[in-house]
Amino acid sequence: MDGKLKALKSMLELQNINTFYGPSHVLQDMTVKVNQGEIVCLLGANAAGKTTTMKTIFGLVKPKDGKVMFKGERIDTLKTDQIIKKGIILSPEGRRVFSRMTVRENLEMGAFMFTNTTQVAEDIDKVYALFPRLKERDKQISGTMSGGEQQMLAIGRALMARPQLLCLDEPSLGLSPILVQTVFDTIHKIRQDGVTIFLVEQNAFMALSNADRGYVLQSGKIIMEDTAQNLLKNDTVRAAYLGG
Amino acid sequence: MIVLASTSSGIFIQTMVNGITLGAVYALVALGYTIVYGIVELINFAHGDVFMWSTAITLVVLNSMHVSTAVYGFTLIGLLLLMIVIGAVVSGTLNVVIERLAYRPLRKAPRLAPLIAAIGVSFILENIAELWLGASGISYPDFFPNGGIVLGDVTIQYIDVVVVVLTVGLMYGLNMLVRSTKMGKAMRATAQDPEAAALMGVDINQTISFAFLVGGVLAGVAGVFYSLVIPVYAYNVGFELGLIAFTAAVLGGIGNITGAMAGGFLIGVIKALATNYLPNGSDLSDAVVFAILVLVLALRPSGLLGQQVPDKV
Repeated sequence: MDGKLKALKSMLELQNINTFYGPSHVLQDMTVKVNQGEIVCLLGANAAGKTTTMKTIFGLVKPKDGKVMFKGERIDTLKTDQIIKKGIILSPEGRRVFSRMTVRENLEMGAFMFTNTTQVAEDIDKVYALFPRLKERDKQISGTMSGGEQQMLAIGRALMARPQLLCLDEPSLGLSPILVQTVFDTIHKIRQDGVTIFLVEQNAFMALSNADRGYVLQSGKIIMEDTAQNLLKNDTVRAAYLGG
Repeated sequence: MIVLASTSSGIFIQTMVNGITLGAVYALVALGYTIVYGIVELINFAHGDVFMWSTAITLVVLNSMHVSTAVYGFTLIGLLLLMIVIGAVVSGTLNVVIERLAYRPLRKAPRLAPLIAAIGVSFILENIAELWLGASGISYPDFFPNGGIVLGDVTIQYIDVVVVVLTVGLMYGLNMLVRSTKMGKAMRATAQDPEAAALMGVDINQTISFAFLVGGVLAGVAGVFYSLVIPVYAYNVGFELGLIAFTAAVLGGIGNITGAMAGGFLIGVIKALATNYLPNGSDLSDAVVFAILVLVLALRPSGLLGQQVPDKV
């Protein structure tokens, strides 16, 4: 793994995070670390708190206590639009593309914080090189595309922000096995371009096969943390998430 | 509304012209309903009163300038522009302040709460105006000269031409703003999915304020136009006009900008035709308009130009 050869530099840290929805304690004393250059995955069943973790990182839900640090700087006190300007971006669960906008307009939205239109046009070409399918659909209204195409668009749109850390919430959800493979191949390509990746997944096998390290989240608590290879071999993980 | 024509075709054309002019005013106000609804899913019941405050302030300014009769030439152009700017600033600012104080604190509350707040704001705005300028109607200094383009027995008043031309210009500008500018894209993105828009770096609060500003500015301009066409100020002028403009927005498809423009003109024409051709038309024309509202809601709830593309897949 590339990550081990370099000095481990912290990219994202969740320090003792507690998040509530009303009275329910969704994230309990959660501590997670993502180092530069890594692909880290967060596994967990439905309602374990995976999406809440992402929402907490991006300020869509405020933690009651604990800190979120990005490159040594505290970000949980910032608003969402300020957080993403630091170089961290989320491709949200359920894709959330702007369904009444064209593919190109969606990508332009991804670059909303930039004013240099030449740069934005170049970045769109880069996304199209990564997802040739999107290029064919340049002017199509994105709500009329298939789920797989929308997922590509959601990832492409996130890349338009030129992130140092890309967070992906369930990128394989609802996709056919071939498309899941395509998505994970793309994730590797994105990492090769120097982007660190933090991934939330229900598809534990695909996630662990592609990640460097993983965390297991159960009912809002991190119950395990190890290299992806070790987690793949772990009996508890196999029984709970890999079907034995 | 003046109908001077003598032949039946002349009367018809004159009625249409009157309808289109009032329709322009309805359309400008309808845009405010639709833009705000599109972005925060709130029917801003105070919007008609935001419109009224433009008529009130410009009335007071005109009186303090001792304008009471028609002016001509550059004085006319200057005065018209000045009133438009004052109306736009008054209503634009007012709408932004209302959102900040009354609606923003309720953004995460159940939907009924901001709706009730809007009705409350409407009463507050009307009552303050009533306390200030009184309950009876005041004639508005009609500084725009009479006269117009004579076509056979039809006279198209210059004010009608000015109102319609400026309204169409504003609509074109609004379209450009929403389609092509960064702020416009932020508005469209926020209207579709505020959380996803925030994740793109859009400042949601700023975008919502901007939407209220745009809606308020259009209502402010509409206030000046309306006062020059129907030169009587009343503290409750915004109530009925607001409801008619709201009907126009629903008719076009609430949330849809082109729909509000079309709906406004359509309602203006329908109302003028009803006034002129139905027995007791001026009493019945509002009933006709609201009957249309009921029909549209029953037969085509998304409006004539309502969204066809599903929001979420």
